Amino acid sequence: MGEKEMYRIMPAGDRGLVVEFGNVIDIQTNDRVQQLKKCLREAQIPGVLELQPTFRSLMIYYDPRKISYGDLEKRVRTFDSAATSEGHARKRILKIPCCYGARFGPDLGEMEKYTGLDRDEIIAIHSSVDYRIYMMGFLPGFVYLGGLDPRIEMPRLSSPRIKIPEGAVGIGGNQTGVYPVASPGGWRLIGGTPVEFYDAGREKPILCQAGEYIRFVSISLDDYYDIRRMIVKGEYTIEILEEEGEQ
Amino acid sequence: MAVKIVLPGAVMTVQDGGRYGYQEAGVQVSGAMDQMSFRNANYLVGNEETEAVLEVTLFGGTLEFTEDTITAITGADMEPVVDGDPVEMNCPLLIRKGQTLTLGMTRQGCRTYLAFAGGIDVPLVMGSRSTNLKCAFGGYGGRALKAGDVLELGKPKLSFDRVKKRRTKGIETEKIIEVRAVPGPQQEYFTEAGEKAFYSGTYTITDQSDRMGYRLKGPLVESKNGTDIISDAIPLGAVQIPPSGQPIVLLADRQTTGGYAKIAVVCSFDIPKLVQGRPGDKVRFLKTDVKTAQKLYRKQER
Repeated sequence: MGEKEMYRIMPAGDRGLVVEFGNVIDIQTNDRVQQLKKCLREAQIPGVLELQPTFRSLMIYYDPRKISYGDLEKRVRTFDSAATSEGHARKRILKIPCCYGARFGPDLGEMEKYTGLDRDEIIAIHSSVDYRIYMMGFLPGFVYLGGLDPRIEMPRLSSPRIKIPEGAVGIGGNQTGVYPVASPGGWRLIGGTPVEFYDAGREKPILCQAGEYIRFVSISLDDYYDIRRMIVKGEYTIEILEEEGEQ
Repeated sequence: MAVKIVLPGAVMTVQDGGRYGYQEAGVQVSGAMDQMSFRNANYLVGNEETEAVLEVTLFGGTLEFTEDTITAITGADMEPVVDGDPVEMNCPLLIRKGQTLTLGMTRQGCRTYLAFAGGIDVPLVMGSRSTNLKCAFGGYGGRALKAGDVLELGKPKLSFDRVKKRRTKGIETEKIIEVRAVPGPQQEYFTEAGEKAFYSGTYTITDQSDRMGYRLKGPLVESKNGTDIISDAIPLGAVQIPPSGQPIVLLADRQTTGGYAKIAVVCSFDIPKLVQGRPGDKVRFLKTDVKTAQKLYRKQER
């Protein structure tokens, strides 16, 4: 299987080491990143400060006073088999309530025209997929999701909006996701979630992590406000499913 | 114990060692740009080296002290005066109750650090007191300081007598700022000519440079087939090459991930002198390897 060639290890300056698994975005590659992250977290190698998984690579930030590049590289290579094996198929799915349309979906009309589907079909398609969190980045709590149905892909706005509210759910090209904080952006907005992907004041500031899945659940505007009220009172917890994957 | 901002200057923010441990969730590191001057300032006033300080960019402002306060000024020279009298940098000062400290335009360097004994007492957010300007959290209300703001200080650890003999070295100022850089992780995206241009050219810091990154102008860094990559992690000092071929060095407020190829990463120990560069200053990249870089790092950090 030529496992040795399945990843590359490279320096990223004097305090970073990158392990790169191929040059593609797919679940197998991303699983390897997650597997290696898990192994390294459990190994607790002295000097390793922070692990940052991305689509197809793992960044390891470390202290060169405690471990050299060469020694860290050797340690990483001992996880060969783990990191190149098929990821175990257990899926952790976060059910994210989403109010489609209303004031949250100003672009649904345009999407109907572009896709030739009516809004109920767009919503049904969007909420029927478990989206894989491939990576987090860009903003605190921002998820890069994979799995958008090509039927509801739509190019970004040619001129981005100056301010998109926190919790907005949108589609940009072949990606879908949630704005964790108010931000400028060019995605087509189709809904809004009352759930906070990021809250600096919360005990666990970030809701989710790479490797998990998100399933959007269509809710009414009344449900939206009910959930908001519960969140403010600290009485709301999102539903999480554990499922065997189909790999 | 408190310090009142009378005039805030250009950009004055509360910063510390940085917000680590959340890059995988997209949270920017932030923190003092010049970590050397930052740590020196804390040492001078008897603080732990990671206490929160004030970072002042390009030109200063005026602060009023409500109590006697051990203070130190490091980094860029903004000709500090206390009640009109010039004071020394890179040493502890005992500023008296009711006195005002004024910083002017920088004469050398770009960023000045003000440490106060006891540190600036703002809440910890995800383990850090640094201001994240983009997402508006951390530091003082998630924003740059304004006139009238009052910074509460912690309890000093040491008396002025205990620290008064402490001294630190000032910043290095060079005609051309030379920084060492380790190639990669995507150096193979660039042509031989592009790589040669990068390591032999002299670049100018443009005025589109800030805490997020320094945009440079100079010899074109030619790529083989464009520089778009599948977005990955951006370490401090990463040199991204966007389609324009003009390098961007990513700094404290950088995004955690990005989609341009990185030809090299500037060594952590050379970041302080880079970020003391101002628009118009010149920069050169010296190629080094990771082994040499880590030897230098260990020597400096001991």
